[in-house]
Amino acid sequence: MAFKHYVLVCGGEGCNTKRALAVHDALLKEVREQGVENEVQVLKTGSFGFCGECAAVQILPDQTLYVDVQAGDAAAIVTQHLKQGRPVARLLFDPQTTAKYFPKDVPAGHQKQLRIVLRNCGVIDPERIEDYLAREGYAALEKALFKMKPDDVIEELKKSGLRGRGGGGYPTWQKWLFTKKVASDQKYIICNADEGDPGAYMDRSTLEGDPHSILEAMAIAGYTVGASQGYIYIRAEYPLAINRLNMAIAQARELGLLGQGILGSGFDFDIELRLGAGAFVCGEETALITSIEGNRGMPSPRPPYPAVKGLWQKPTVINNVETWAAIPVILLKGGDWFGKIGTATSKGTKVFALTGKVNNCGLIEVPMGITLREIIYEIGGGILGGKAFKAVQTGGPSGGVITKDYLDMPIDYESLGQLGSIMGSGGMIVMDEDDCMVDVSKFYLEFTVDESCGKCAPCRIGGRTLYNLVDKISKGQGTLHDIEQIRDIGHAMRKASLCGLGQTAPNPAISTLKYFEAEYLAHINDKKCPAGKCRDLLTFFILPDKCIGCTLCARRCPVNCISGDRRAVHVIDAAKCIKCGECYQACKFGAVERT
Amino acid sequence: MQVETQTELSPALLEFIRQWKDKPGNLIMVLHKVQEEYRYVPREVAFKVAELLEVPLAKIYGVITFYHLFKLKQPGRHQIAVCMGTACYLKGGEDLIRELEALIGAGVNRVSPDGEFSVEVVRCLGCCGLAPVLTIDGEVYGNLKKADLPDVLAKYQGRQVAAVA
Amino acid sequence: MSKLTREGLANARARAEAHWQQRWAGRQAQIIIGMGTCGIAAGARKAWDAFADELKKNNLTDVRLEQTGCMGLCYSEPTVEVRVPDMPPIIYGKVDAEVARRIVRKHIVGKLLINDHIFDRPANDAFGKKIADSR
Repeated sequence: MAFKHYVLVCGGEGCNTKRALAVHDALLKEVREQGVENEVQVLKTGSFGFCGECAAVQILPDQTLYVDVQAGDAAAIVTQHLKQGRPVARLLFDPQTTAKYFPKDVPAGHQKQLRIVLRNCGVIDPERIEDYLAREGYAALEKALFKMKPDDVIEELKKSGLRGRGGGGYPTWQKWLFTKKVASDQKYIICNADEGDPGAYMDRSTLEGDPHSILEAMAIAGYTVGASQGYIYIRAEYPLAINRLNMAIAQARELGLLGQGILGSGFDFDIELRLGAGAFVCGEETALITSIEGNRGMPSPRPPYPAVKGLWQKPTVINNVETWAAIPVILLKGGDWFGKIGTATSKGTKVFALTGKVNNCGLIEVPMGITLREIIYEIGGGILGGKAFKAVQTGGPSGGVITKDYLDMPIDYESLGQLGSIMGSGGMIVMDEDDCMVDVSKFYLEFTVDESCGKCAPCRIGGRTLYNLVDKISKGQGTLHDIEQIRDIGHAMRKASLCGLGQTAPNPAISTLKYFEAEYLAHINDKKCPAGKCRDLLTFFILPDKCIGCTLCARRCPVNCISGDRRAVHVIDAAKCIKCGECYQACKFGAVERT
Repeated sequence: MQVETQTELSPALLEFIRQWKDKPGNLIMVLHKVQEEYRYVPREVAFKVAELLEVPLAKIYGVITFYHLFKLKQPGRHQIAVCMGTACYLKGGEDLIRELEALIGAGVNRVSPDGEFSVEVVRCLGCCGLAPVLTIDGEVYGNLKKADLPDVLAKYQGRQVAAVA
Repeated sequence: MSKLTREGLANARARAEAHWQQRWAGRQAQIIIGMGTCGIAAGARKAWDAFADELKKNNLTDVRLEQTGCMGLCYSEPTVEVRVPDMPPIIYGKVDAEVARRIVRKHIVGKLLINDHIFDRPANDAFGKKIADSR
């Protein structure tokens, strides 16, 4: 027989484990002493995310959530709640902290997350269309086809305030309206699933977890603007997503939800997949279109915009996966409902892939306007290994870093732009004190140089020159003039590059320079890398008073440059050292020092 | 220009080309299929594709060289792809590449002397929660440390030996 | 199935919803494994095999084994949701083959939860009320 209550004590890696353990033990003891051990199971869990309010305790099945619980509270919880059924009011989690982001009729969870785009991910079996149907699937398409005129659909999108989630943030309804207005014998609908940002996997997860939501939304767009053919351009690196999309398309065709005369209406629409082949620039819409056409994925100048002249020169609506996935919900629940969430200019929720040096990395969907602090410290459970937060990077190779001074700023398209970063597609990479900003800047520049298509000179030559400058600084050979040059070239690239890739490629360098100039200067003036990341600037040596002569470092050294007898102080031959850091990691006594 | 080739494409590949021949923008899809079969795009197959699709060979090579995924040289028997997405980079992806080079004698975009492994870098496999990550023949290995690599590689070297024996 | 008309869609949805209700609020236990790329890379298939094997060993033929997409808890992959009648729905993380076997023996058979592996469903979804018991 099942137990009457299960008491879960949060004990994640980000937690104050001692305190959580004390609460756990106190509850266990209390349950035994009050004689309810046959009705109540007390457990330790993985992190729940309330790290600022440790310890968090959840009681099941009633889902009562207590925060800031101390060992001394155990008696009250057991006596009052578990035995008498009266929750301990003073410990209850205050739902107001979550409610400020959501209107009353929005069923948000206590973690400040709401899944609109990800509504079905982790809930339905993505390979069964029946599961999707059971969760209002294709109801929005039906509504559009039989109860709404194309203009009504656009009006609903307008009310919702939905903006493109691929990074640009262009109002979706306007794109659709442009295409709708153009007279043409054929128009196209494209889903941009060429998710190339390193550190971002929102779209992959959505496609893998809920492929039908994309098909449904594309069909709605086809009906709205008058297109009968859609393409999903997806990275070939995502085989599982491709597989599930193919399955979904076949199922939808079989039921007549794609194809001719959908649901007995006069509307025809079909979708085909087109695979990318590992070119980041193809995420840019004009390059993507050229790639679908079977060519080298070179971007072209805009205007004309794809909305007017796109695939095979026909008017084309192109949106990214996350934008598509939100649309069926907007039609079903209304644009007003969606527009109630978020900030004045940025509505709804945004999916982020929270990764890097954070305890609970994960795929999160949060309301626009939430702060970075809430994301990193509450949902993310704080910085890995208790290290110091340094910066968070958004927007990948097109974005920038945000420092601790701005942790409490509400996130939306505009606020991130003002800080010199961008919303981007949703990669959010947390960096700690061990990450060097010069190195990060070099990493992204290497990426954009590699991915530049070479068509326009500002990106092709400017990007390479920027990389060389940052590389030089990282090796301790930079000058103050180099910093000026980085700024000048960056500025020129922003203005003169042909497409988004080149225009935004300087962002990581410019942004790290803006907030961490001192770190650049340390590389230039002192020939030091404060984070200890840039190898060329490191020196390793052994502290004589700490070395006990265990020989471990000497045995680990790949170039045999550490000498010393057993139980005698060891010495590193700096001339031979390749700065691999093996000795630094190996030493158990903190005797290897790195500067 | 007519080029005489002896190469016979497999029935599956021929059928695929036949299905796609009249669809606009078919070249990249066909090249994917070629690479699925040969693991790279051999020159003689590129000739054949040009002939069947009636596109200039120059265009085919233009496309192949533009996209990172298409290969002109035969890769190793087992293909290692080290993720260098941001999360993997920060968590030591570069160390994995260096260690691989030491272990199998092949750096990025090279084949090991015994032809067993080839190494390439990929941009984010989307498993950032498991960083650092690499894949061998599509199988993902996450949360890797340098010290784990010999065991991981041994699985594949062992597989080869087992197949021979 | 043939091509649906509007009425056909309504009927198909009604059937699907009834089936869904049965699955989520019914009397049958189910184990739902997150099978996105990350989950599989972290060992979801091994967990699946272990669940299947352990269910068989314990002769639990009526427990459903299902797959789903990413639950969003990347740090705790593979993730698994376990729903047993009369027990609260539970999400387990870091489920390797050994933990999978423990879940079958302890949770499904013994009605006890497993220490250290429980995680919180991170959020409600826009259609929250449609899932029986969802948080």
